[in-house]
Amino acid sequence: MKLSLGPLLYFWSLDDIEAFYQSMLDEPVDILYLGETVCSKRRSLGFEQWMELARSLKESLSGSKEVVLSTLSLIEAESELKTLRRYCDNGDFLVEANDMAAVQLLSEKKIPFSIGPTINVYNAQTLSILHKQGLQRWVMPVELSRQTLADILRDLDDMGIKDKIETEIFSYGHMPLALSARCFTARAHNLPKDQCELKCIDYPDGLQVKSQEDQSLFTLNGIQTLSGLRYDLYNELPEMQTMGVDIVRISPRSRQTKEIINAYYQKINKIEEHDAYTIAENCNGYWHGEPGMLQSSL
Amino acid sequence: MIELVCPAGNFPALKEAVNNGADAVYIGFKDDTNARHFAGLNFNEKNLPKAIDYAHQRGTKVFVAINTYPQPDGWSRWQRAVDTAAGLGVDALIIADIGILDYAANKHPQMSRHLSVQGSATSYESLRYYQQNFGIKRAVLPRVLSVSQVAHLAAQSPVELEVFGFGSLCIMAEGRCHLSSYVTGESPNTCGACSPAKSVRWEKTPQGLESRLNGVLIDRYDDNENAGYPTLCKGRFTIGKNTFHVLEEPTSLNTIEILPELDQIGIKAIKIEGRQRSPAYTQQVTRVWRQAIDSYTADPKNYTPQPQWSAALNKVSEGSQTTLGAYSRPWQ
Repeated sequence: MKLSLGPLLYFWSLDDIEAFYQSMLDEPVDILYLGETVCSKRRSLGFEQWMELARSLKESLSGSKEVVLSTLSLIEAESELKTLRRYCDNGDFLVEANDMAAVQLLSEKKIPFSIGPTINVYNAQTLSILHKQGLQRWVMPVELSRQTLADILRDLDDMGIKDKIETEIFSYGHMPLALSARCFTARAHNLPKDQCELKCIDYPDGLQVKSQEDQSLFTLNGIQTLSGLRYDLYNELPEMQTMGVDIVRISPRSRQTKEIINAYYQKINKIEEHDAYTIAENCNGYWHGEPGMLQSSL
Repeated sequence: MIELVCPAGNFPALKEAVNNGADAVYIGFKDDTNARHFAGLNFNEKNLPKAIDYAHQRGTKVFVAINTYPQPDGWSRWQRAVDTAAGLGVDALIIADIGILDYAANKHPQMSRHLSVQGSATSYESLRYYQQNFGIKRAVLPRVLSVSQVAHLAAQSPVELEVFGFGSLCIMAEGRCHLSSYVTGESPNTCGACSPAKSVRWEKTPQGLESRLNGVLIDRYDDNENAGYPTLCKGRFTIGKNTFHVLEEPTSLNTIEILPELDQIGIKAIKIEGRQRSPAYTQQVTRVWRQAIDSYTADPKNYTPQPQWSAALNKVSEGSQTTLGAYSRPWQ
């Protein structure tokens, strides 16, 4: 079972992004997803610079890690389609589609692709159709459970295509729950979306929303709403291995990403753990078929 | 003429829609195959044929929403819903799931397929995907686009477009929101429910009237405030020291004033939200929109929204106020 580092969901500066990926070179993660998936106004890196970063990482890694380009999750404007076409036509790297527009652009040109968790795949029939159109890998939508995953994998097996599709599970980090036309970070600052002053840069791990009783509910990230708690399937890693999950995704944060990667790596490879890993404040409800915010020990 | 598509959560509402001038009604089955899977709502295999007859005899089309996403253990239920609706001779199926679209296209190729708003197509490339692969005739657009974006999309779209004209407002891109399952375990995609009623609790406390969803405090109301249904995206939450409607105030969408623009950019149909609302709601909203569309059609140049239309619509609006939502500039 491989480890992947999902696309950076937050808005960081160019320096911070470059430093972050440089620091990942020696970490035991097998796949790096690069690119802006949330807001087209975030331009610390443009298309050319993401490509440059992708190429330089690929070079320094000399094949030890896979680099994938991840694309915008909500495509509304013509300018966004224009950028999306450049990613899809890049010629070098696998592209992760996060909107059906990308699936169209890639499948129409018969370019193999992967899909992220915001593409709605809830059954094997859908996967089978996408597979015929070029899908190689899918990330299960975050709200689906291990039971649904087991059923989908069984159905893929019956269709004879289980081994032809890689299954990736979003396993650590604030879960992307929703996308909107509105920018909630701008709203929190009383700013209109088209004059947002790029406020997201002030929140490298998003903006915390609590209930009036101080319960963590959501994390705002521009037009995206993430879970308030971090999803954490650390304890479920052995089960995922048994089920035949191919890739486990960790979502980047400004702090502790390395520690999480290493803890997961050790658990997957049954290396003796040096520090007791704590999941105390995290959640795993979705995996167990419960409300996502819950922590289940089932 | 722009088509008026009205909601019918039950037979009485369907009659109101038909009798007050809907060009089409949209309905769902009494289970999780549609995005308004609420107790006491929708049609079963027994009363559906009668409802279809009632509408068809009066020249009103019937669309059936099978617009949630089946997981493997429910797959056969969604297949049956498609087969039943097709067998009864409805006028279109409204579908979101790729697998179900494919099934319907192969099994009932003669049956019109509309891409549900839950399919979340917000660009013409996405619409081309569904048109090329599953032959959709029409798509319902998510309520996240501005009028200029809708116009751009309409100019390039390979299929007819239907947009929401009135009703409760989803502020998230439909079909791509899991807020409800994060808190309650049920979402529109999986169960056809958002912030489901069974998870709602109301409690009078010394701090005010509290609404909760699966135990999570969604809002707290003073005596002089109107309490609204605790939909997650409309709750009052806290960022730092500020407590406010972090995502959105409870308002309804109303586009009656931009009807001419919608027509001129080539929108084929206006959809009214609200299968979960009462027959009186369907009657009121259908009647007003019929008047508006007729008035516009009769004399497009002098179309003026009438004050009595807004007054009638405001009475049935959530939060008793309406907005143009994403269609207007301030939202973008």
